[in-house]
Amino acid sequence: MAISLTVNRKKRVVDADADKPLLWVLREDLNLPGTKFGCGAGLCGACTVLLDGNAVRSCQTPIADAAGKQITTIEDVASLPVGKKVVDAWVDLDVPQCGYCQAGQIMSATALLTQTPRPSAEDIEGGMSGNICRCATYLRIQKAIRKAAGVAA
Amino acid sequence: MSIVKDREAAGAALSRRSLSRRSFLAASLAGGAVLTFDARIALAQATGAAGEPVVLTAFIRINADNSVTIGAKNPEIGQGVKTMLPMLIAEELDVAWNQVRIEQTDADDKRYGLQVAGGSTATPNNWLPMRQAGAAARAMLVAAAAKQWGVAPASLSTEAGKVIDKAGGRSVPYAALAREAAGMPVPDLATVPLKPAGAFHIIGQPMQGVDTPRIVKGTPLFGIDTHLPGMLHAALVKCPAFGGTIARIDDAAVRGIAGVVAVVPVNSGLVPPGQQDAVAIVADSWWKASKAREKLVVAWDDAAQKEFSTAGYAKQAGEALGAAPQTDLFKAGDADKALAGAAKTVSADYSYPFLAHATLEPQNCTALWTTDGKLELWAPTQNPGSGRKEVAAMLGIAPEAMTIHMTRIGGGFGRRLMSDYMVLAAQVAKGVPGRPVKLLWDRTDDLRHDYYRPAGWHRFTAGLDAKGALIAFKDHFITFGADGKPIRAAEMSSTEFPAPVVPDAHLGATYLKTNLPTGWLRAPTSNAMAFVYQGFLDEVAEAAGVDLPELMRRTLGEPRELPTERKGLVFHTGRARSVIDAVCKAAGWTGRTGPAKGAGDAVKGRGFGFYFSHRGYFAEVVDVTVSGGTAVKVDKIWMAGDIGSQIINPLNAEHQSQGAAIDGIAQALVWQPVVQEAGAITADNFGDFPLLRIDAVPRDVAITWVKSDFPPTGLGEPALPPVIPAIANAIRAATGKRLRSLPLQLT
Repeated sequence: MAISLTVNRKKRVVDADADKPLLWVLREDLNLPGTKFGCGAGLCGACTVLLDGNAVRSCQTPIADAAGKQITTIEDVASLPVGKKVVDAWVDLDVPQCGYCQAGQIMSATALLTQTPRPSAEDIEGGMSGNICRCATYLRIQKAIRKAAGVAA
Repeated sequence: MSIVKDREAAGAALSRRSLSRRSFLAASLAGGAVLTFDARIALAQATGAAGEPVVLTAFIRINADNSVTIGAKNPEIGQGVKTMLPMLIAEELDVAWNQVRIEQTDADDKRYGLQVAGGSTATPNNWLPMRQAGAAARAMLVAAAAKQWGVAPASLSTEAGKVIDKAGGRSVPYAALAREAAGMPVPDLATVPLKPAGAFHIIGQPMQGVDTPRIVKGTPLFGIDTHLPGMLHAALVKCPAFGGTIARIDDAAVRGIAGVVAVVPVNSGLVPPGQQDAVAIVADSWWKASKAREKLVVAWDDAAQKEFSTAGYAKQAGEALGAAPQTDLFKAGDADKALAGAAKTVSADYSYPFLAHATLEPQNCTALWTTDGKLELWAPTQNPGSGRKEVAAMLGIAPEAMTIHMTRIGGGFGRRLMSDYMVLAAQVAKGVPGRPVKLLWDRTDDLRHDYYRPAGWHRFTAGLDAKGALIAFKDHFITFGADGKPIRAAEMSSTEFPAPVVPDAHLGATYLKTNLPTGWLRAPTSNAMAFVYQGFLDEVAEAAGVDLPELMRRTLGEPRELPTERKGLVFHTGRARSVIDAVCKAAGWTGRTGPAKGAGDAVKGRGFGFYFSHRGYFAEVVDVTVSGGTAVKVDKIWMAGDIGSQIINPLNAEHQSQGAAIDGIAQALVWQPVVQEAGAITADNFGDFPLLRIDAVPRDVAITWVKSDFPPTGLGEPALPPVIPAIANAIRAATGKRLRSLPLQLT
């Protein structure tokens, strides 16, 4: 079925089964492979995108549920003022190791800072606990979020 | 200091051997106006017999704008090697780091030398050769300038990609010399001058990961991101029990699904080859292929595999522990007699489970079987050379008929040293000739079809004399094997410390049978041996009335080199002692302490662990808080490490060490055993194989580098093992309870 979406500020129409997850629509139909497949069960956070500004697991979001909504992915997150700060902090602190989870981490951090502009360490743990980093870059993720928020480490 | 000598002598010998063959330079015009030249310099390759290939490598391209493109030859799994190896070349080439562009090379070990991400070997293997490659190219550029100006090369210097004639008050960029330089003779790599450490301006500087700016933009870099025109997608149905084969397939319902292109029976090529069948569904979308699996009916022939289970192994191990070992690994004196005469003895059983690797990027590989019988692969592989051989053997093609592109890798941890996903993808591609196909596993495939870190059991007994000195030591190790030999990654070194320094010692092994494929997990064998040995030695120290650092100092004795099982590798007791002392100083270690009170019902404790692995010496101190009697949180880790004379990239060194330490916390406290029932693994997803999350991370991992006069060694692994026993020992200090099985669980 044809479904209309707004992805990264552009209107897109995709022809896909209603139950196809947004993750696979992004990766296969819209050529946006920055959003990653990790578990397919909403457990690792690698597929996190913003849906109307909220962090969602795109592997658990049927495309029909995203119809008519604003979707932001890693490819365009820096167009958001908060997203830009997060991306810059990620680069400054050289957060990634293998880098595979980092798109999801950045999307979750952007959602967190949008809702909680000055997070405590506990807020960060709470907001980021859905995102696994197998290389364990967590100390720098904490620091980068504080840096993006302008909160002293 | 014999390590230094051995290493340098080996490097020189390799270089001389290589240069006995023809080395050459080739100049070429490529990319229109861009002048390129390959410094094809013979590197590490033994060329004994006539007719054997000479290793020629091409790492450096000098561009018209005087930027320099450097080839990064090793697979990047997040260990930072794509940044680090080019740093070595750039340093000696004497360019500014901001002139450098880095490209991942293809897999071609004849051209580039060994390409592998494993064993923390990239640094020790490449520290000299990469610098020699850079230095040789620099010497040729200098020679070209000298010829142009009619001066002696020795009168010239270089800086930031320019050759400088100080006396003549002139300079010329490398780009203007590149063509001329390509015709200069290649200097003898064994004697080409290398910079003294004091002149380094790239080595030793904190350098950002080369792909970081791309990663944060979502640029396609990983194997899973491979996209080719007309590409198909494949999902797998694998036999749940390892070693099972296909009895019958009914794919009629699958073939009727719109978008499904083919159903291809394939085989993992496990050892022994021919084991472990699977069926690939090929479609125009992975989502479709994956969903179509529900409609595929496969009957498996796996009756012979049903006997294997976690519960069965535990029962067999329990029985074996009480019996004599099947094999002796090490024997000195008479341990039983010495134990009988000891003033005090300590006995304990330790164990650890099977574990999966759980790389966050699931296994995948893209393959194109061309209609003329050639194969092209895009592979996130840690081990392309081995992958090439295995694919060639399975498909019956020449290794040379294959092109392997190496992608960035979303986590390796040893999983991708194995090549099953490449072998499978190649077979799928052969089933759809002329069309590229990307094979992707889902998470359940990944957890259920790994090469697992093998479980193990140990029965220790130690004897102390009246003064508390360790005089007798025994370990009966129950592991997995066949024909009296351990299977992959299931071995224990015959020189496991402290056995070689105890007068009467006995290490023995008994091998259980399994159908599970086993493999190397980051710091393989060491991640288990550190836990059981340093955990048990903490018990021995307690019996001796000292703390573990003190027992280690006494047992290590005078600074000296002890031989290890591995030829050419020694264990230096002085280096061990120096990191032990350094971490105790950094952490303010004050000896064995009892529990300290925390907030509410919480208790705090401190533990220590040391381990030598992958040529690195690491001692670590961990503070834990135990709340509610069972919840363990690591508060802080201090580590001291000796990986030689030079930290090449201090920023990445910090990343690797902190990541390894936190990975150790995961193994100690978070990861649950991989469970096998009726031949098959039961783990489904991260619900039953949980990974460590941000809330389990300590507030700090503090690192002290102990510099020594030894050549630099690797850092992907050696910081991991000591954390695990340090946590167990800290829990003992906090609670009085001694946990001897992983994961550490208070009940």
